[in-house]
Formats: sequence, C-alpha cells, structure tokens
Amino acid sequence: MTTNLRPDLAVIYDQIAPNSRVLDIGCGEGTLLAALRQDKAVDARGLEINPVKVATAMGKGLSVVQGDADTDLADYPAGGFDYAVLSQTLQTTDHPDRIVESLLRIGARAFVSFPNFAHWRVRLNLLTGGRMPVTRLIPERWYNTPNIHHVTIADFEDLIAERGWQVEGRWFLSGDATTGHMMGNLLAEHAVFLLRG
Amino acid sequence: MTSAASPAADDSRFGRDRKVSLMGPLPLDCGAELSPVELAYESYGTLNADASNAVLVCHALTGDQYVASEHPVTGKPGWWARLVGPGKPVDTDHFCVICVNVIGSCMGSSGPATINPATDAPWGMDFPVITIADMVRAQALLLDHLGIEKLAAVVGGSMGGMQALSWPVLFPDRVQASLVIASAARHSAQNIAFHEVGRQAIMADPRWRGGAYYADGDAPASGLAVARMAAHITYLSEAGLTEKFGRRLQDRDAKSFGFDADFQVESYLRHQGISFVDRFDANSYLYITRAMDYFDLADQGDGSLAQALGRAKARFCLISFDTDWLYPTAESRRIVHALNAAGAEASFVELSSPFGHDAFLLENPEMDRVVSGFLGNGGEV
Repeated sequence: MTTNLRPDLAVIYDQIAPNSRVLDIGCGEGTLLAALRQDKAVDARGLEINPVKVATAMGKGLSVVQGDADTDLADYPAGGFDYAVLSQTLQTTDHPDRIVESLLRIGARAFVSFPNFAHWRVRLNLLTGGRMPVTRLIPERWYNTPNIHHVTIADFEDLIAERGWQVEGRWFLSGDATTGHMMGNLLAEHAVFLLRG
Repeated sequence: MTSAASPAADDSRFGRDRKVSLMGPLPLDCGAELSPVELAYESYGTLNADASNAVLVCHALTGDQYVASEHPVTGKPGWWARLVGPGKPVDTDHFCVICVNVIGSCMGSSGPATINPATDAPWGMDFPVITIADMVRAQALLLDHLGIEKLAAVVGGSMGGMQALSWPVLFPDRVQASLVIASAARHSAQNIAFHEVGRQAIMADPRWRGGAYYADGDAPASGLAVARMAAHITYLSEAGLTEKFGRRLQDRDAKSFGFDADFQVESYLRHQGISFVDRFDANSYLYITRAMDYFDLADQGDGSLAQALGRAKARFCLISFDTDWLYPTAESRRIVHALNAAGAEASFVELSSPFGHDAFLLENPEMDRVVSGFLGNGGEV
C-alpha cells in the first residue's frame, strides 16, 4: 500500500493486477484510479455523476466520463475491462441488480462494495430509537439520503446465489480493519465482493 | 517520427502573422481540387527537437488565426488569449501552438475573397464548396510544410471542435489527443435552419449580386449584419440575455412606438451585427456555414459514429455547457457513447455556466482545470 485509500478502496487496490484495464463506476475525484495508474500502470477509466468531481478527476489527467450508472453502462462494450469497480454506489442506483449484471458484462470481474445495513449499530439504532439510523457510513437522514436501496450482506448473498454469480473474494470491514466472515452480517459495517459472471 | 532537427529560432515558418502558399493540390470532398492552397496562420511557443510538442488550435465559424495575439482589424486581444499563452491551460512554455485560418475564410487563407489563379479575379461564388474535412486536410498540408508529423493535441471549440473531432478520424496516426469543447459530431436540423436564415439574409441583400461584389468594394453589409444578429442569439442563453438586458429601454424613458432600437437588447444586437461586417466577408459566411451544415462525422463510418470514431487512436476529452442550446450536452453525450462503444479513451464533463454557447470563450476556472489536466497528461512521453 502506497496510498491512504478508504478501507474498501484499499482492499480493491490490493487485488487489482498491474497493467490491467479498470473501469471505476462512481469514481468520485478518481482517488482509486490515480493510485492504480501511478503504482500499477493500470489503464484507468472512470464514470461519475457529479460534474465538479469529474472536473477534479480530469484535472488530474484521468479519463473520466460524466454520466449515470443507471443509464450509461449500456454504451460500454462487453469485455472491455479486466475489472469493473462499483464502490459505495450500489445502494444509490435505481436498479442495483441490473447494474451488477452490467458490471459483469463490461468487466471480466467486478468489485462491488456497499455499507451493510444489517450492522449491529444500525440494528440497535432502529430497535432502540425507532428511527432510521444515522451512522458513520450512513451519515444522511432519511429524507436526504442518496441511498434508495438499503442492502445487507445477507441480501446481497441471496442475490448472488439467485443469479448464479461466482464469488472470487469477499472482505468484511469494520472501521479500518477486516473482520472474519463469522457473523459478518452483524459485525461488518462494510462489505467488498469480487464477482465473476 | 521522421522530422529533422529542431527548427532554428529564426525559422521563418514559425511566428506571428505567417502566410504560405502551398501547391497541393488539395482534393476536396466536392470533387474539385484546390491549388495553390494559401494558408494564413500563427504559431506560439517553440517546436521541440523531435517536433513532438505541437498543439493545433482550431477556430470557430467567425474566428481566425489570431488565437492569442491582437486582432489586426479590431485591435482586440486574441479570441482565446485567456486560454493560450505562457503558463495558461494551453501552455505555450510547453507546447508549440499553431492556429490556422480555415480555408473558405477571409483572414488570409484561400477563400471566396482570394484570387482565382484561373481568372486573376476574386473567386466569389466560383470558389468550390468546402467541408470540415477539407479544412482539416488543408491544416495537415500546413503541418507537412512545418515538419510536424504528429500533433500532441488538437483543440477546438464549436466549429473548431468539429475539426478537433475529425482530425483523429481522418489522420489516426497524426493525433495523440483531441479536446472538443461545446461542439457536436453533426449539424442538427435546427442548426442548419438557423444557418439558412443567415445565408438568406445575405443573399437577399441587393448588394450581394451573386457574390460578385469585390471589385467595387460595396459588400452586402446589411445582409451580413442580419445574419450575424440571428446567429448571435443562438450563442447566448435566455437567462443570460434576461440578466444582461431584460426589457430595459435604450437611452430613453418611454417606448417610442416606432422601429428604433427601443430595447437595449436590440441596440446590442445591432452593434454586434455592424461591428461584424468590418472584419468578415459575406461570401465566407456562406461557405463556412455550409461546411458546418454538411458536417456529420458518421459519414466517415458508413453512417455509424462509433465506427467512424473507432478509427481514431487518440485520447478524447469533451466539454459541454449546461446552457448551450446550439450544441447541447446531448450532442456531446452522443459522441461519448460512440467513443465508449468504440473502446476509445474518453473523458467528458458538462460544466455549468449562464452564458450559453459563448461560455467556451469566457472565463471558466473549471474548464481551465480540465484543459490543463488533459493536456498536461498528454505532454508526458
């Protein structure tokens, strides 16, 4: 690790092979892409909906397209990338299942990371306070949250089984540390999956 | 790279206010050939030893080669002086920037106002109809003359963007990066419609006389001014016009109940029209608007834009502006989708500005950041 990336991005960064082709969907200001390009000579491309973040990423010399994952992934050719990355974006899309399918069409492999809405603190919040939880990884209130499809690790594993996707790796994160898979759905704040179609 | 040693500092091919007559011949899309090909251009910065730092800047419809130096007619600063210069986003400390007056225009390159060698008189409407691709091929002819095999980048806004987009398709091995600002891969029916209004205004002027007005210097200024007024509206946005003028009256307290320029916006447009005729030729306006109307880059790919762009080897960057209704964001997005489908390296951003199409000429720090980021990377070997 040469960069101080967000924990889920650090996991993804570590797994990506040098000289590969990567499309980061919802790439923000291109932090992951810049690190991959610099350290691993990765052919890095991004898609991001926020124009200010796109401009910032482009200012770093990155190839980033302003667009919407829900509508624009159809324009990418099949097998164009070694990896498609979707980090902390799945829960904000209109059709998360279709997005993952698109990822697996565009990339040979797909990384998907999302906040786990079954984390014990979330459960406790709702149980004791009776209100939609506001936590470190889910910081917005119910009325202004971009998260429109709340998903848990168990939910996502159900979807994987239903669609017959292969899991090549899974990482459960709590704070900056990875936790074991035992009770992951209860203990992990965040999950990263590496999938294959 | 075949280029020889770095051009000497006193190489007369480089510098301001250059003009060259090349024998060509230049085959044109209409079937005719142009020879000789006169090209007026400027260069800024120094070409490096292996001629690898050349950036071609392409101008818009009524622009010219004076991209970063004072205009000889108007005395105003270059049309992209804020973007092109030492330490600026298109950095002339780094790049050798070249800007050529397009063929068909009237600032020194071959066009309807130049002399037809066959008759020793101005071409007028006998000048062959040209296309955006013809303009690009003429620019390539100049680069050959300058000893520049490969462009580090080609940059253009509006019609210049059409050239920047065409370059990597027509000359895949000669362009490393293409930056297309506030432009489109084709002219829409609406674009063509506005241009037709302008052309009809010129041709309805009794002084146009079939384009043969050069001998007595009595140009169809009224027609050209009206054409410019109509076009100028398309360069702005409703919000921008409202903010600038609203319904405010010009130099009076009450409506005159006549046809003077009562409103400030009328007076502004009349001024734009009148000042334009001092620096532009009516016939050139006809030829260049026609070239834009004919433009559809998909023609280079049997009707498929993705197929046309698939020939390119360059990195692309596209910028649109949210209030531009002449070349709206949807047109840029169409290009980006085709580039993605072709697997090309593409960047795209829609920037926010109240100024409509004209935004590409105006101060915009975000655009500066994107331009320098894109070119800075392109400058690396």
